[in-house]
Amino acid sequence: MAELHLNIGTIAALPKAQLDTILSRLREKGYRTVGPRIRDDAVVCGPIAGLADLPQGLTSVENAGQYRIVPSGNKRYFDITPGAQSWKQFFFPPRVSLFTARKNGNWNVEKPSEPAPQIAMIGVRPCDIAAIKIQDMAFMRDDFTDPLYRDRRKNAFLVAVNCLHPGGTCFCDSMGTGPKAGGDFDLALTELDDVFILEIGSEAGKEIVKGMPLQPADASLQQKADQGLAAAREKMGRRMDVRDLPDLILKNLNHPEWEAVAKRCMSCASCTLVCPTCFCWDTQDHTSLDGNETERERVWDSCFNPGFSYQAGGNTRPNTRSRYRQWLSHKLGSWKEQYGVLGCVGCGRCITWCPVKIDITEQVAALRKEARS
Amino acid sequence: MPAPCKTTVAVFKFSSCDGCQLQLLNMEDELLALAGAVEIANFLEARRRVLPGPYDVVLVEGSVSTPHEAELIKKIREEAKILIAIGACATAGGIQALRNRADVDEFARAVYPHPEYLHYLPKATPISDHVKVDLELYGCPVSRAEVLEAITALLQGRKPNLPQHSVCLDCKRNGTVCVMVSKGMLCLGPVTRSGCGALCPSCGRGCYGCFGPQPGADMNTLVPALRALEKDPRETARLLSHVTGFAPAFAQAAESIFAEEKKK
Repeated sequence: MAELHLNIGTIAALPKAQLDTILSRLREKGYRTVGPRIRDDAVVCGPIAGLADLPQGLTSVENAGQYRIVPSGNKRYFDITPGAQSWKQFFFPPRVSLFTARKNGNWNVEKPSEPAPQIAMIGVRPCDIAAIKIQDMAFMRDDFTDPLYRDRRKNAFLVAVNCLHPGGTCFCDSMGTGPKAGGDFDLALTELDDVFILEIGSEAGKEIVKGMPLQPADASLQQKADQGLAAAREKMGRRMDVRDLPDLILKNLNHPEWEAVAKRCMSCASCTLVCPTCFCWDTQDHTSLDGNETERERVWDSCFNPGFSYQAGGNTRPNTRSRYRQWLSHKLGSWKEQYGVLGCVGCGRCITWCPVKIDITEQVAALRKEARS
Repeated sequence: MPAPCKTTVAVFKFSSCDGCQLQLLNMEDELLALAGAVEIANFLEARRRVLPGPYDVVLVEGSVSTPHEAELIKKIREEAKILIAIGACATAGGIQALRNRADVDEFARAVYPHPEYLHYLPKATPISDHVKVDLELYGCPVSRAEVLEAITALLQGRKPNLPQHSVCLDCKRNGTVCVMVSKGMLCLGPVTRSGCGALCPSCGRGCYGCFGPQPGADMNTLVPALRALEKDPRETARLLSHVTGFAPAFAQAAESIFAEEKKK
């Protein structure tokens, strides 16, 4: 059989066992292969050596404030949606040392010298690709680029997986970010019962699969994938009407709903930390007792942390109402002006992982009632 | 040139288990540097020598539970330029403050053949109920890192960098799966001040609130959420009645559940 001619955009059928080959080729190139693993009753991003490490035959049931893993009733590997963790932890680490300064006569500043890790991310969902693109805009701006983020991002290899099984809190279809990845991946997979449909998204992706036993994906396979994706759009657990955003938020900053949601929100910050686009951080200096050494560390922070908006003279967001409004009016409001897109990708994490079941889609709907336009 | 006067540090114990003082001794990597940077003037658990006051910094462990302690803390305050209350007992009353909801005389009669020899107060109370406290460091036990940060900041004349956020933020920084959402476990993390590094959830357990309620702790939201997870409301009240159970936010929330149960 003639070998399939590979190009960016080539779509092929990949026997499932061949994913192991892709993973081992990635490791030969120096990548750590990371993907969905089950730990502590949830999907987390963990090391994946091969298919055997994937959560085969499992799926997740999600609702506001609730997450459970259950059997899926089939043998597919990627029927389970992501847990609380997103890929941002690898580009924008929760804790990272920025520099250490030592005084020996003069101050000497040393930056950490270890190179950025090279990570191949297996099973990146289309919503999460959209989230990575949003964080790219925040961390790799024309006028300022964060070198820590840039080096990690450039070193990454993305294997997307299109979603045929959206979760109970998913609404990527409303946000236009899924269930099919539109680009910005190296390889993309759509999982059917007995085969993956593989799409090549970059030169690096083409290089990895070169010489593998790929078959052309015939029309019936592609049709099955398309039907699966169409069905997935119908199965989204949540929807959000975005037609009047960002104005709905920005013109209703004194809506009574802000007060109402503040009564149900604990300001615990979980939503912002599981959000794959939230990028707020704090820098903390750790000084030695003698004052001759200090380390500056960057850590994830949140607009829900009372300390986040504390300044000389007091707190500019002194209560939960102002903090929740800040979060939503940035994410679904001023974000658009700042980056040209909304800051929400419809992954549903903030709904699932809110301990008190606050639902961003319900909040938008509630604002629309009695809204000023 | 004479050596510059070192900052003097004294450590005093009130009703407590000594665990917070042990945390000071457990600073294996930093203890020598600390002993070199300050003059340990009074720390009976660590050394026999006692220097007379006044002291620059006084660390107080434990709650005030006896008439003797109520007098002693006033004297110590007079000797202290800066008084730091360390740990759940000193800042919230500790586990012994559980008696604050009960009749202590009855306990004494039940346990001791001669309760008349005991001298105790009806309540175990935090240091700040008795004297002005300049800084509170929370936890059961107190965080070594926070004690060191407080002393370092004082030596360098800057504000100590102490967290105000909830335990949830640390769970997420650590990549710990939320036990409330994934397992339906009772957890005080969303309203508890960080400081432990989210230890219990990382071991698959809910937070016990050792560092006490964070500023503005929203009990009105968390308590109904916990009660929805666990049929017996007393479980929520018991969780709130732990080492920081006498902190006002936790105490009020627990008491209203107990009162409601009593009516049934």
